[in-house]
Amino acid sequence: MSGTLQRIAPQLIALAALVALVSVFYPAFLSVQMNDGRLVGPVIDVLKRGAPVALLAIGMTLVIATRGIDLSVGAIMAICGAAAAWALASGWGTGAALALALAAGAGAGLWNGLLIAGFGIQPFVATLILMTMGRGVAQLITEGRILTFTDPGFSWLGSGTALGLPVPVWLWLLAGLFVAALMRRTALGLLIEAVGINRRASALAGVNATVLLVAVYVASGLCAALAGIVETADIRGADANNAGLWLELDAILAVVIGGNSLLGGRFSIAASILGALIIQTITTGILLAGFPSEYNLVIKAGLVLVILILQSPRISAEWRLMRDSRRVQPKPAPAKATPTRPAPEDRT
Amino acid sequence: MTRTLMTTVAALALCGTAASAQTVGFSQIGSESGWRAAETTLTRQQAEERGYQLQFSDAQQRQENQIAAIRSFVAQGVDAILLAPVVATGWDSVLQEAQEAEIPVVLLDRRVDSAEDLYLTAVGSDLVHEGEVAGQWLVDQVAGEDCRIVELQGTTGSSPAIDRKAGFEAAIADHENLEIVRSQTGDFTRAQGKEVMESFLQAENGGADICALYAHNDDMAVGAIQAIKEAGLAPGEDILVVSIDAVPDIFQAMAAGEANATVELTPDMAGPAFDALEAYWADGTEPEKFIQTESRLYTQADDPQGEYDRRKDLGY
Amino acid sequence: MLLSIRSLTKVFPGTRALDDVDLDIAAGEVHALLGENGAGKSTLIKCLTGAYRRDAGTITLEGAAIDPRSTREAQELGIGTVYQEVNLLPNLTVAQNLMFGREPRRFGMIDPRATRVQARETLARYGLTIDVDRDLGSFSVAIQQIVAIARAVEISGKVLILDEPTASLDAAEVAMVFDVVRSLRDRGMGIVFVSHFLDQVFDLTDRVTILRNGRKIVTTPTKGLSRMTLVEHMLGRALDEATHAPAGAAASAPEPVLYFDGTGRAGAIAPFDLSIGAGEVVGLAGLLGSGRTETAELLFGVRPLQTGSARDTQGPLDLRSPRAAIRAGFGFAPEDRKTDGIVADLTIRENIILGLQARRGWARPMPRAQQNRLADDYIRRLDIRTSGREQPIGQLSGGNQQKAVLARWLAMNPRFLILDEPTRGIDVGAHAEILRLIAELTRQGMAVLIISSEIDEMVAVADRVIVLRDRAHVAELTGDQVSGDAIMRAIAEGDLPGGVAA
Repeated sequence: MSGTLQRIAPQLIALAALVALVSVFYPAFLSVQMNDGRLVGPVIDVLKRGAPVALLAIGMTLVIATRGIDLSVGAIMAICGAAAAWALASGWGTGAALALALAAGAGAGLWNGLLIAGFGIQPFVATLILMTMGRGVAQLITEGRILTFTDPGFSWLGSGTALGLPVPVWLWLLAGLFVAALMRRTALGLLIEAVGINRRASALAGVNATVLLVAVYVASGLCAALAGIVETADIRGADANNAGLWLELDAILAVVIGGNSLLGGRFSIAASILGALIIQTITTGILLAGFPSEYNLVIKAGLVLVILILQSPRISAEWRLMRDSRRVQPKPAPAKATPTRPAPEDRT
Repeated sequence: MTRTLMTTVAALALCGTAASAQTVGFSQIGSESGWRAAETTLTRQQAEERGYQLQFSDAQQRQENQIAAIRSFVAQGVDAILLAPVVATGWDSVLQEAQEAEIPVVLLDRRVDSAEDLYLTAVGSDLVHEGEVAGQWLVDQVAGEDCRIVELQGTTGSSPAIDRKAGFEAAIADHENLEIVRSQTGDFTRAQGKEVMESFLQAENGGADICALYAHNDDMAVGAIQAIKEAGLAPGEDILVVSIDAVPDIFQAMAAGEANATVELTPDMAGPAFDALEAYWADGTEPEKFIQTESRLYTQADDPQGEYDRRKDLGY
Repeated sequence: MLLSIRSLTKVFPGTRALDDVDLDIAAGEVHALLGENGAGKSTLIKCLTGAYRRDAGTITLEGAAIDPRSTREAQELGIGTVYQEVNLLPNLTVAQNLMFGREPRRFGMIDPRATRVQARETLARYGLTIDVDRDLGSFSVAIQQIVAIARAVEISGKVLILDEPTASLDAAEVAMVFDVVRSLRDRGMGIVFVSHFLDQVFDLTDRVTILRNGRKIVTTPTKGLSRMTLVEHMLGRALDEATHAPAGAAASAPEPVLYFDGTGRAGAIAPFDLSIGAGEVVGLAGLLGSGRTETAELLFGVRPLQTGSARDTQGPLDLRSPRAAIRAGFGFAPEDRKTDGIVADLTIRENIILGLQARRGWARPMPRAQQNRLADDYIRRLDIRTSGREQPIGQLSGGNQQKAVLARWLAMNPRFLILDEPTRGIDVGAHAEILRLIAELTRQGMAVLIISSEIDEMVAVADRVIVLRDRAHVAELTGDQVSGDAIMRAIAEGDLPGGVAA
């Protein structure tokens, strides 16, 4: 577990610093109250509002670990939300609507996976196709309207509360734990990393790279379906034009803030989720601080830039040097190279 | 979509047979919102009622598609062209072509930067006026009592957001009891409206310090109403809700007592346009260069359920 | 002398890529530069063209010392290069390609008409009259190659380096390119010609320089040089005859356990028959590009079979993909371990267990304790020099990487192991260990197919040697026939006694 902590330390530090910064502008940021059996407070809002990007980031982490990218997740959100709303509006039950949305997400992921692993189309191009086409599909389902529904069971997924916490928080928490456990308790994590680092060598060693690639995009599609369900349930309607719009970029950003390389290989789902929470903390912080809307994007970009620069290879090497020298100082013994690379075991 | 296609096919099929009826080409921006879909539906209805043949072209948000559509309308020799321009600039040459072919062009809903003599008239709503109507309603409603207002703006920098904000602020400017305490963009979407409203409630003492919500469109208001309910407050009573557009869902909220007022941005731009065209065709009457549609205020007293039923099939 | 190189030395971490090399190129000669992979040819060329900076030595061009720091500088000095892959822009016209960067200008603007005229005049001197307004990519590779030569000569004009210019040409096209090269020679240019095709070397060149392991072995006139000597110099057999004492050398060959009947693939390797017995080591000998690696890839399912089939004593085998071959009990340690062998960012432990884990399936992860045991075991047995099993494999030296890749396959206990150049770029100690390991494996009954450019190694380890030339199996040497001399003769001529495998 100490390996995990060491891996996600930069993200934890960034998040803590950010919370401190937001608290300067909005002192009550960390206040949490119990209200009718549910926790209320800005932090809870961050956890809840961060759910769609956190869910997307889980799938995106796997895709990026294979040296891919999935630009279509925002559009998949719209498709799945539209499918669920259509099912509910047509009188299907909550369970059936959920199943349809998840199946739509898996199907969209399968489409991406087959284009990429089967036909060898570059992930950027293959998912771009669905990114542009998917929103149109969603609009066909909703006929261009906001398709609303009144299904309390389904709405509960977006705005309900369980054990004091909003349901979307449970969704990303459980999805994250499940996928992380699946990756590290089975050999999937290792095989995905191997394919991402060197697909050819992995294939020659007998790794079924094709099936793994397809599976990773299906996983990303399922995560996008969950995110779409959360967003649709939250506003009790499917807004095909706006659901998940540009969220694929936030998801990629979350993965990058999580310290995962866009060149594939080693990955950490926990760090990506922290990345999503960092982004949401910035968004919520700006809203609470009450800056004029015109500054939103500039402030967000500026803070993300600072975080990425502090995590950049050059700066983090400096940090390591500083830390090592401080650690060595008490003893006059000559400094020896301290292995600072996180131990690869026990990553989540 | 399929409906659009079928109607287009039907319209094309009719072209050859009924040569006497007036033919009108309509270049629509696309179908990016429910309001836009309603505008298309109403234009079709109006054309049908008046016995016109409507040539419909969906530009899918691209100016080059619109220019191509207008050129093809000119080539077909239609009797008039309706244009809902996707952008303001770059229309001079194609409008010139229509003018040379002596085909009147009526702009719907949005304006262009071209010289006024290149088109017959423009039909649209006055966005500033819409904001004023909403503001005036709130002024009358609170009747002198103090009221802290939160504002959900449209997409930052868009003209509806700028104008609706300006109109509202102008209406409440002389009333010191009214004050906008928080104002943030909700991007015109339901999801953003809800998220931003949650942060307003959070920041304003759980919503206890908020007297009214002014949303630049109904969709954001609908999202915000959910946020207010989830915070344990009664929208429409604890917090007054006034918004703009008059889409069906806000009437449903008004019928349930959760929203208080909305200002209509009528999707019926074609009605006034056709009226102007008929006068022009009859004796060459030049209409005003801008025909302002009515910005009607609807409140809970205006049979919201009936309004909902009337609008729900317009394609919103 | 047009171009003189003296004591050229280039050191990379761990290897001396060029060690004290002398080379002279005269005006009006075509000079072949030969050597196997890793001999130092490309390093030498890169030092000449400015892509690398030399560590020691001098280069003089027409008596003046030069030190090019970029290909552009080398071009301006007079040294132009044409590569195997045409290095031009296929979607520009012939004229644009030819005049790119030095277009005739008029009032500061490119003058397209003058460009065309000059391009046409230039190409006419190379015997080409083609439409210079067409895209370069619409012409055959030979024409493109001649345009590339013309461009290089026009810009540089003193020394022309041709780096495998004929690799993707057919015979008629080769003749066409050679005519151009001869005419340039007659105009007094010095031409360096790099090729793996010995016939072309004898056909075209005046002198030959052979490199091996970064050293110059010999420079000699092509006329009067025998193929045998040439191959001997390239492969560098030690003069004292290595004895043929393979480990499993019984008087009679073991009963075959695997049969490959008429297996082949167009463009890769002509159909061949091969059988191999338990505990037998079969060597594949031949020059680079003779079809050795292609044979290995065919047998491991990397390139699917087009003809023929594989079987064992139980029945037919499916070799559709590497996974299928692994299921059939095959293993393959490829030649280029950096791109095809190791997974650089993973640890040694993960690299070793990767194959085994892939075979178990993702749902049955190998317990960590077992992984550690396995990794430690092979690190010890193969003497992998590392700070520990959790070191990323990319940080190891080449020899230790190779041992880890071998460990990956040994852990899977294959019955048939294909080793493509298992000892290339490995220091002497590791080299001996790997050969000892092969002997040990065969004693346990593993069948091994080994590809090597080192004749001595082949003689020492193989029970049987199959010789390849021009993408076909041309000879098979068994028992006492396996000697350095016989292998070399077969590589050079392919017509010695001992029978020709189909």
